[in-house]
Amino acid sequence: MPLIEVKNLEKTYHDEEVATQVLFGLDIKINKGEFVAIMGPSGSGKSTLLQILGFLDPPTGGEYLFDNKNSTDYSEYEVAKVRNERLGFIFQSFNLLPRTTVLDNVKLPLVYSSTKEELWDGIARKAVDSVGLSHRLDFEPSQLSGGEKQRVAIARALVNNPDVIFADEPTGNLDSKSGEIVMGIIGMLHAKFGHTIVLITHETYTAEYAERIIKLRDGRIESDMKVANRRAGGFIK
Amino acid sequence: MPINHAIQTAFRGLKANKTRSALTILGIVIGVTAIIMVVSLGQGAKNLILGQIQGIGAKTIGIVPGRQPKGPTDILATLTASLKARDIVALSRKDNVPHAQDIMPVVFGSETASYGGETYRPTIFGGNELMADIYDSYPDRGRSITADDVRSSADVVVLGQTVVEKLSPDHDLLNERIKIKGRNFLVIGILPKKGGASFINFDEMALMPYTTAQNYIFGIKHFNRVVVRADDELNVDVTVNDIKSTLRELHGITDPEKDDFGIETQADALKTVGTILTTMTVFLAMVAAISLVVGGIGIMNIMLVSVTDRTREIGLRKALGATNRDILMQFLLEAIILTGIGGIVGILLGTGLSFAISLVITNVFGLIWSFTFPLGAAIVGILISTIVGLVFGLYPARKASLMSPIEALRHE
Repeated sequence: MPLIEVKNLEKTYHDEEVATQVLFGLDIKINKGEFVAIMGPSGSGKSTLLQILGFLDPPTGGEYLFDNKNSTDYSEYEVAKVRNERLGFIFQSFNLLPRTTVLDNVKLPLVYSSTKEELWDGIARKAVDSVGLSHRLDFEPSQLSGGEKQRVAIARALVNNPDVIFADEPTGNLDSKSGEIVMGIIGMLHAKFGHTIVLITHETYTAEYAERIIKLRDGRIESDMKVANRRAGGFIK
Repeated sequence: MPINHAIQTAFRGLKANKTRSALTILGIVIGVTAIIMVVSLGQGAKNLILGQIQGIGAKTIGIVPGRQPKGPTDILATLTASLKARDIVALSRKDNVPHAQDIMPVVFGSETASYGGETYRPTIFGGNELMADIYDSYPDRGRSITADDVRSSADVVVLGQTVVEKLSPDHDLLNERIKIKGRNFLVIGILPKKGGASFINFDEMALMPYTTAQNYIFGIKHFNRVVVRADDELNVDVTVNDIKSTLRELHGITDPEKDDFGIETQADALKTVGTILTTMTVFLAMVAAISLVVGGIGIMNIMLVSVTDRTREIGLRKALGATNRDILMQFLLEAIILTGIGGIVGILLGTGLSFAISLVITNVFGLIWSFTFPLGAAIVGILISTIVGLVFGLYPARKASLMSPIEALRHE
């Protein structure tokens, strides 16, 4: 049974009186433990798709089933709970809280979880350690390099041990070396811990860390195929 | 989200914009400071005035001429000449008013006095030999008015400090003669300086026998007031009734509504003044409370700016699992903490200023002023400022909580 399933998925944005359709009837199934890359040029609808899959934006047509339950059947509270406990997000622009230490940034999802407060510190430290930033615990985002910021974001995404990690152009703002480290960690999360990963990218090189690449063009699926020669994930303790 | 963490988060949000937070709470600080000061100083003034009324003595009863006014158009009713010498005679009789220990007729008004080239217009206060005792107005030099002075309508006068200073800045007036309404008066005594501490300001007075004042100064046969002292505090009420029936009989009054005199006791005065001052204090405190509403609008304004400023943070928190309620609580707590701090600072500031003012009043003006910490007003101040935070923080907080996470994350 797929963890993520979309049927005839559509998304139309209404800006004042202009309606812009971005997704045209997508059908996708992603199984638990899969590593899928969604590729496409800008404007192909890949970010929109990720936002719908991440419960950040509702679809305007078709169905999105998460864990076999229609997304429209989740209440506001349940949606928050799914985002918190079952999904992890890595954004292109990191989205770390300014003037907040690495440790506190990583703790943030725990704050909204049912995890007991006395456990937060240990869990967050472990997550920071797993991305190799234990020596930066008390640093604030402004004191970190781009690659380090993204690693903090990865630690934050996995701190609640989610089923799915959504990564939206995680290497988009990084130099190639930092990008490689970040992708190495994401690959490792899949290989070693079995997280389901949905990666958005427009770089073939980055997409090749995944097992499967879905290519979008103009809001429709252009191709959906397995990756023959996968790049292996590395670097994680 | 656990509440302690929510409070921590709110504090962190406020600390990130220290100057803005400080300026925001200024309105609340000023409002609460004003409330505390009004109530504290109001209480001090009340204590002072009540203390002075009590200083006149609980046994003292005042009889004033004229019908007591029944409304604003009835003012003239008070200006009659209904208290005359025969009333004093009647009141002095033990079978009429058995508990009346002392009786003193009083006349007063102002008249020009002169000495050398200087002139001044003091209040002429005519009484009898009991005046010094009743009003605690003993001269510190010279002597008081005696019964003989009263009997003989003697041209003698006891002067307050201000009168002395105005008439003769550099020359002692004791045993000198001054002119009042063209007549020579011997200064037989000088009163000590009292400041405004007494209910009656003797500094600006010239005391003389009431007979002298009636005959030579004002040319009248009636009295402006009659002061009766009961032999015991417990007999004040019965004495008041005796005075009423004696005067009614003498004046041929059957309907008490048509009394041509009025009676004032210390208890009445305390009650009246107490009510007036409490009403004033409550009124002023309410005016000050309005400034809290203005402060609240300031809070709302800044919270709206803060929500816009932190749109991305709101989006992120929602993406990471914050519910609408979590976001609402975060911003509401920020507003309440802001106004709460404003309230506490206002209480400290208001208390400090009231205390400083009480020191100035005591030391500079020489009044017996007691500083009171208005606990009730402090509690109300904290409560109102918290409610202001709750009410004016709600709209911005709700706006934040209803943001779509993805639109918030896209916000630049």
